[in-house]
Amino acid sequence: MKFTKDHEWVSITGNEAFVGITLYAAEALGDVVFVEVPEVGKVLKKGDSFAVVESVKAASDVYAPVSGEVIEANDSLTGAPETINAVPEAGGWIAKIKLADASELDGLMDREQYEAYLATL
Amino acid sequence: MTQDSPKMNSVGRPSAPEINVEATLFKSLLGGKGLLQSEKLIFEKDDYSRTGVDFADIAIDASDLEGLLRSDLSLPGLTEPEAMRHYVRLSQKNHAIDLALYPLGSCTMKHNPRLNEKMARVAGLGDIHPLQPVSTVQGALALMDTLSHWLKVLTGMPAVAITPKAGAHGELCGLLAIKAAHEAKGQGHRRTVLVPTSAHGTNPATAAFVGYTVEEVAQTADGRVDVADLASKLGPDVAAIMVTNPNTCGLFERDIVEIARLTHEAGAYFYCDGANFNAIVGRVRPGDLGVDAMHINLHKTFSTPHGGGGPGAGPVVLSEALAPFAPKPWVVSHDSGFDLVEHDEGVSAQNFGRMCAFHGQMGMFIRALTYMLSHGSDGLRQVAEDAVLNANYIKASLQDLMSVPFPEGPCMHEALFNDHWLEGTDVTTLDFAKAMIDEGFHPMTMYFPLVVHGAMLIEPTETESKDELDGFIAVLRALAQAAKAGDVARFKGAPYLAPAKRLDETRAARAPRLSYT
Amino acid sequence: MRYLPLSNGDRAAMLEKIGVDSVDALFVDVPESARRSGTVDLPKFAGELEVEAQLNAFADQNISPAKVPFFVGAGAYRHHIPATVDHIIQRSEFLTSYTPYQPEIAQGTLQVLFEFQSQVARLTGMPVANASLYDGSTAAAEGVLMATRVTKRNKAVLSGGLHPHYRETVETLAHAVGIETEACAVAVDNEADVLQHIDANTACVVVQTPNVFGTATDVTEIAKAAQAAGALLIVVVTEVMSLGLLKSPGEMGADVVAVEGQSIGVPLSYGGPYVGLFAAKEKYLRQLPGRLCGETVDADGERGFVLTLSTREQHIRRDKATSNICTNSGLCALAFSIHMSLLGQTGLQRVAKINYAKAHAARDQLVTAGFEVVTPRFFNEFTVKLAKPAIAVVEALAIKNVLGGVPFARLQNEPGFENHLIVAVTETVSDADIATLVATLKEVAQ
Repeated sequence: MKFTKDHEWVSITGNEAFVGITLYAAEALGDVVFVEVPEVGKVLKKGDSFAVVESVKAASDVYAPVSGEVIEANDSLTGAPETINAVPEAGGWIAKIKLADASELDGLMDREQYEAYLATL
Repeated sequence: MTQDSPKMNSVGRPSAPEINVEATLFKSLLGGKGLLQSEKLIFEKDDYSRTGVDFADIAIDASDLEGLLRSDLSLPGLTEPEAMRHYVRLSQKNHAIDLALYPLGSCTMKHNPRLNEKMARVAGLGDIHPLQPVSTVQGALALMDTLSHWLKVLTGMPAVAITPKAGAHGELCGLLAIKAAHEAKGQGHRRTVLVPTSAHGTNPATAAFVGYTVEEVAQTADGRVDVADLASKLGPDVAAIMVTNPNTCGLFERDIVEIARLTHEAGAYFYCDGANFNAIVGRVRPGDLGVDAMHINLHKTFSTPHGGGGPGAGPVVLSEALAPFAPKPWVVSHDSGFDLVEHDEGVSAQNFGRMCAFHGQMGMFIRALTYMLSHGSDGLRQVAEDAVLNANYIKASLQDLMSVPFPEGPCMHEALFNDHWLEGTDVTTLDFAKAMIDEGFHPMTMYFPLVVHGAMLIEPTETESKDELDGFIAVLRALAQAAKAGDVARFKGAPYLAPAKRLDETRAARAPRLSYT
Repeated sequence: MRYLPLSNGDRAAMLEKIGVDSVDALFVDVPESARRSGTVDLPKFAGELEVEAQLNAFADQNISPAKVPFFVGAGAYRHHIPATVDHIIQRSEFLTSYTPYQPEIAQGTLQVLFEFQSQVARLTGMPVANASLYDGSTAAAEGVLMATRVTKRNKAVLSGGLHPHYRETVETLAHAVGIETEACAVAVDNEADVLQHIDANTACVVVQTPNVFGTATDVTEIAKAAQAAGALLIVVVTEVMSLGLLKSPGEMGADVVAVEGQSIGVPLSYGGPYVGLFAAKEKYLRQLPGRLCGETVDADGERGFVLTLSTREQHIRRDKATSNICTNSGLCALAFSIHMSLLGQTGLQRVAKINYAKAHAARDQLVTAGFEVVTPRFFNEFTVKLAKPAIAVVEALAIKNVLGGVPFARLQNEPGFENHLIVAVTETVSDADIATLVATLKEVAQ
């Protein structure tokens, strides 16, 4: 699993990746009440806003940690947004992306680096 | 992932209540709360057929409307006594300015004179139709013209567009005039609007709404626009800056004249958010500061009632450069009287369009003009002075207990505190504000401006007596001492004595239920 | 000064507490060049008696609709408002409270908003409604913006029966945002013309019923055709009283409904403040503009209400908000809701039938007198095509103390429509008023 400074995570299998928001982000947002998931087939550039996670007091864009095409979206979040709070780094995944450029992963942090980064916030 | 409002989250505003503490051990037999009656929804009645209006039930032959008649009308009716009970019971669950000081910063909750209400209901003012022939509404046009004159003189600006229906609508009007003016000069390529980080949410929302890219301008350590940062961001792409003055930290922008000069030098216009005009009315004219457009919330500075969330009114004063682009309609005067310009002809050809169906919020114009005539130029100047005096008195009376983010110099009409002083108490700004309810006051504005951690923004207005201020100060001092003494339960479960306990906002948003079914 | 409680003694004591000599010291941050030592050039303070006289002098120069036969409509209507309405909205707790951001001490306003939303939903036949917008015209414009967000298309088609002021309001806002608009030819009875203008980029078609000429239209087929082409149908209603008699927009398949609610509870007040009703299909819930009130429970488990889904709004979402709207029309929504509760379905149907009957009686008498009425089907408003320009005719009528209607040319300069006079007949009009209108119109227009 890799992480971004914007608190997204990426979990890679072959040339596909699940993406979501980190536990830290989920806790900062508070109770999530709505998730706008991306449409399947949408082509993303690294850094594009591709989803919105809303709590009662804030709405946050989620940015693509890597470039690629959305091949699956976690539609169950629409009916059960609380999944993001319960298991943000597993069942709370937002989209599955087919990687366009695997080398982009090199620029992301591993868990140890991410935790060190969190300690600086 | 980034958050639009990180401050709101980092201070941990709970969205669902956690603690359920009994306010009292006494229980009434059937759950009553003394004379505060519980009240069902009007829809929770078995019989919808009653009515409180006596009209005859006539028969009509509507065969020409065959296929167009409705069969599904289901709306509950109440007789007059039922209606009176229902709404009076509901009213008692509300707090109001008429009950106590209402310290919402940036909202200017001042007393609403009842003469204003009386005049808005006079036959010939409250009951006239917007499309009557202008020969039959010369007094209405004269009234709008008089209101415009007062607004122009008070702001030192040459023109005013009076149709915008609220502050945010006024911002829209101002930015559309700016956009039209740029286009007329061949400067339509300017795409950026600069907005300080402390701005009202409506500023960036309005700018983005009309297609501008919003760029934030930094704030200095003393709570003002960072002029160097502004200067570095001004350029050939910038259409306008939007600055609130006095700003949302309750401070006058000392460099305002320089800000205006730099803006104009870069070919951009200066939009001033006039939400805080109450602090300077009669003492400072925005026209003397270099402003090109400014909306005036008649429901703030000029005392038209807030009504539980509107209606407002947001006329916009304009500089010579922007005046030709003001929206339709407007009033003109001839030797023979007044007329309304409602079509795109001749002199009006440059107008940017129309903000709403008719001529703006006449009901609010009547109230605001009544207020202006009552105060006069001297009274309005006194309004600003007393508003500023009251805010500084509160600041001076609390700053030994509560931390002030910008302690240097006086504030204007509102006193801003942060939550630094609550560190280690386990009491948040939200908890503190909710506890104020139990002591009889409405909370202050919280977590705004976003640039101040755990912000508490207190605007007393000029219509508070010293006694009321002293009572309010005594409450805040007592609460501050309680928080510091570790009396956490008093805050976490607050309010205990309100008509309702803390409400579960998460539940409301996850499965929205917006109407009775 | 009756509104300022501080005495000079108070002021001195407070300055001492603050630690400054004079109030001028509190204004030190104002640049020297902008400091004013004296008052601006306007009259000085005045007592209630004087101010009341000044305001009454303005009122005296206007003709009150209550004093003359009155047939002016075209988007704002004179109706009877029960005395209870004005009494309740002047209660301090409603009049002088702020937006209900502190729900524990605003359950009164919040429950009213929830009831208002429920009434609007039922009246329009739509599943969800918001807590009001400024007025019908801005509601229509917000509807167009919402349709472009939902469909990701960029064009709105406006019918030839849409009130010209609404068309202009929509055009102004839409063009500012970069949305294209196409207006159909002005027509008394051709709302379906919008279908001819739909293309692959059309986000919505906007129709009005009854339209500006008074024509009522069953838009069911228009809804089907628009939706089949991927566009939303926005139905505009400027006379909300008509919904007591006519099929609801929801029943006819509308996606979005924008209504001027003034006729129920809100005085004419020369054009504002009014109240915009905004309703839509459930699937557009999170795309609605403006405030929404929702049901929930408090910490004791008791039912309560809160403003909800506010992350769509400007104070949180800032430059990504669905609309820049902040204030709604709270007190007018309250007035609407009280009047609607007093009417109920029974009263609303009765008053709607009276409107229909009176308007048709007026139409019949005008036709008998030789006038041409061009509106084929209507509720309480119809259009007479006169033999001469309507603007001059209404002026001539006004001299004879009859306010006879709205010339279409007042709303829009459109060749071929100079002689069209829009006549509204509500329950406030008497049989004698109708007789006077017919007689006077014969005198000045034939």
